[in-house]
Amino acid sequence: MNLILNDNLERSRGTVFFRLIFALPFLIWLAVWSVAALCVAFVNWIATLFEGRSPAPLHNFFVRYVRFATHTYGYLNLAAEPLPAFDGKPGYPVDVAAEPPVAQNRWTVFFRLVLAIPALLVLAALFGSGLAGEVFWTGEQTGFGGVLTTAAMLAWFFALARARIDRGLRDLIAYALSYAAQTWGYLLLVTDEYPDSDPLTAIGPLPTRSDPIRMEVTDGTRRSRLTVFFRLALAVPHLVWLSLWGILALLVAILNWFAVLLSGGSAPSLHRFLARFLRYQTHVLAFLYLVANPFPGFVGAAGSYPVELHVAEPVRQNRWTAFFRLVLAIPALLLAGAFSQALLVVAVLGWFASLFTAEMPAGLRNLGALAVRYNAQAYGYVLLLTGAYPYSGPCHEVAPAPPGAQTVAPVPPTVPAR
Amino acid sequence: MTHPRLQAWATAAIVLVVAAAWAWGAHALWSSAPLPDLDLPQLDPHQYFSDSFLDRSATYERFLTVVSLLGSAVVIAALAVYARNGHRLARESAAGRIGTGLLLAMLGFAIVWLTQVPFELATLWWQRRYDVSHQDYVTSLLNSFLSLGSEFVFVCLGFAVMMGLAGAMRRWWWLVATPAFAALALAFVFVSPYLIPETSPIESPTLLAEARALERIEDAPEARLRVQEVNEFTTAPNAMATGLGPSRTVVLWDTLLDDDFSAEEVRLVLAHEIGHLAHDDPLKRVGWMVVFLLPALGLLALLTRGRGGLARPEAVPVALLVLVIAQLVAAPLLNSAYRREEAAADWAALEATREPQTDRSLMQQLATKSLSDPDPPALVDALFGTHPTIMERIAISQAWEERQPTGAAR
Repeated sequence: MNLILNDNLERSRGTVFFRLIFALPFLIWLAVWSVAALCVAFVNWIATLFEGRSPAPLHNFFVRYVRFATHTYGYLNLAAEPLPAFDGKPGYPVDVAAEPPVAQNRWTVFFRLVLAIPALLVLAALFGSGLAGEVFWTGEQTGFGGVLTTAAMLAWFFALARARIDRGLRDLIAYALSYAAQTWGYLLLVTDEYPDSDPLTAIGPLPTRSDPIRMEVTDGTRRSRLTVFFRLALAVPHLVWLSLWGILALLVAILNWFAVLLSGGSAPSLHRFLARFLRYQTHVLAFLYLVANPFPGFVGAAGSYPVELHVAEPVRQNRWTAFFRLVLAIPALLLAGAFSQALLVVAVLGWFASLFTAEMPAGLRNLGALAVRYNAQAYGYVLLLTGAYPYSGPCHEVAPAPPGAQTVAPVPPTVPAR
Repeated sequence: MTHPRLQAWATAAIVLVVAAAWAWGAHALWSSAPLPDLDLPQLDPHQYFSDSFLDRSATYERFLTVVSLLGSAVVIAALAVYARNGHRLARESAAGRIGTGLLLAMLGFAIVWLTQVPFELATLWWQRRYDVSHQDYVTSLLNSFLSLGSEFVFVCLGFAVMMGLAGAMRRWWWLVATPAFAALALAFVFVSPYLIPETSPIESPTLLAEARALERIEDAPEARLRVQEVNEFTTAPNAMATGLGPSRTVVLWDTLLDDDFSAEEVRLVLAHEIGHLAHDDPLKRVGWMVVFLLPALGLLALLTRGRGGLARPEAVPVALLVLVIAQLVAAPLLNSAYRREEAAADWAALEATREPQTDRSLMQQLATKSLSDPDPPALVDALFGTHPTIMERIAISQAWEERQPTGAAR
């Protein structure tokens, strides 16, 4: 199941404002269709067990169902602009392409529901639950309980203000939809290919960026079973140290806030201290959540870890955005909260996978890396290390060209589109 | 004199001075326990306990002793293998010299934890079988696993100090590390009362008044009095005294405050713990730690030279083995010092309460409730006994009573 994205980012404020209401008929129709799909799924399961492949009419029915669900959620979550059709025919800006039915392993068909549990957990972290918002308001949890939900909510405000959707948010929503389509397809026996959570291959060509705070992952996927088994306990000294350092960083951040307000830019010494703290935090999170294998150092030294955070030198910042930085950072922190839930799922699933295979699945690792990178950018923004707003979508990151270098349009690396 | 010869003399002089200071310190600590010379009689446990209890407690403790000895043997074997091969795990680190050392130290402890899981489960099975513990296996294992995190914090702190000093001072780091650890231990003893989980203030006004009265009698400073809730996990009674200065605290387990113990017995326990505070025993424990650490760290420095000294992370697995063996070797010596402190606290409690009969009944109760063998084999007592045996404690009570003029004791 491959996601095809053909959207120009432009949105009409009117349809955005009433998006939930406009989507209601489609959601009702999707619910009716879901009941039918549930009944047919059982028939399809029996048939696939006997035949070794899904019968073509049932296969086509489920492809249409998954496609319609993707259209509906794409429309609802602002990944696309036009109203979708009710019949799940191809051609929508956020669409799904599926292969014809192929032979499937009967064992994996028989145990499909069990095998899909890890994918469903990732999907739950990406989509979130309806209760999560309530939980957030009681103060028990941060975030809106799902990357997709939070991104869509932020995109709603953005689109109302700008009459277009932010590329990062759109790509993030599309990524979640792509994973959902793969999971539904796998669960409904449309394909026996396990859902791939890799955000770098989910939605086709990605932008190449050189943000002031960027992350570089040079670590492989090999994991030491011993350090994986004891990962949480091994991270405890780091977490204690990080908390102590965090108290000092908070005080320095306040000083830095005054420095930016007074001089228009971070003081170099404060900037260096906060950059080191943020780098250290990134190392610790990458280690704790199995995004990286080696045990990190305690000082956040640059170039010491295979998940490296590059923080650009201080530049002038707008005093108004610096003054209101905490308020402006709220959307980014909400999304960081949603990402942290996905990160937790990545760590739990990655823990089991790494224990059994001594390898971290690349898809999970890259999803974790995206979450860690967004977290670093969000906190870098809060700490006034940069005035650039965090980029929420998957992307390729390159070092900025040195000043005076010949400007060449960046060539995005070749990425096989799903 | 030639330069190397001068160096050898200087080294010998330093070692001599350190050894003399060590011997003086150990002697001063030993003789600081205010305990009169007692020639304790050999009492017959059958006069105080039923045959069935003696059989049952001996069987119960025998199994635990065997499990403990086997566990120790497995720890040494595991650490010996780790000392030989553990340095290879340095490839899992991107943390530099000291950070890699900390990782290797933590992994050593993690491996020890793994090897001890069967013994922990066997111990719990046995305790459940004898109704001494109520904890289920999964919770026990999970708690043990999670507690590794806090253990690792201390492991990291300890090895960071040692490796940092070893990097800066080379051969003589252990002379500086010992006072550094003493300072850390003092800080820890100071904060430890605040780290004990599930505690609440003692609410009974009678008990509070008695505690304050005992403090005056024993000339002890006023301490915090807390109750710790443990009845969910165990039926065994216990109490402890810890802290320094304003953090001095007496903690009673709630299993001691149930109806099985009389008010007089609880008062005796309080008097015993207040006795520890009056004698500054938490502080002396730090002193004993220094007495142990000084030669242990010296030995550590010597035996890790083959791996480049403790400044190198490759030496950490060897250091773990040396430390554990040193601890096992020193345990009988330290235990005898602790037993003396406990006997002195017993004596102080008797002086304060003047109730030897109650003391004997308390000892019987303690033995019955925790199913401890009142008269264990001498070797077991030497290896594991941090308190005098129950029979020795009863004998102390009798010795105290015999020293009183007729009618002075209640």
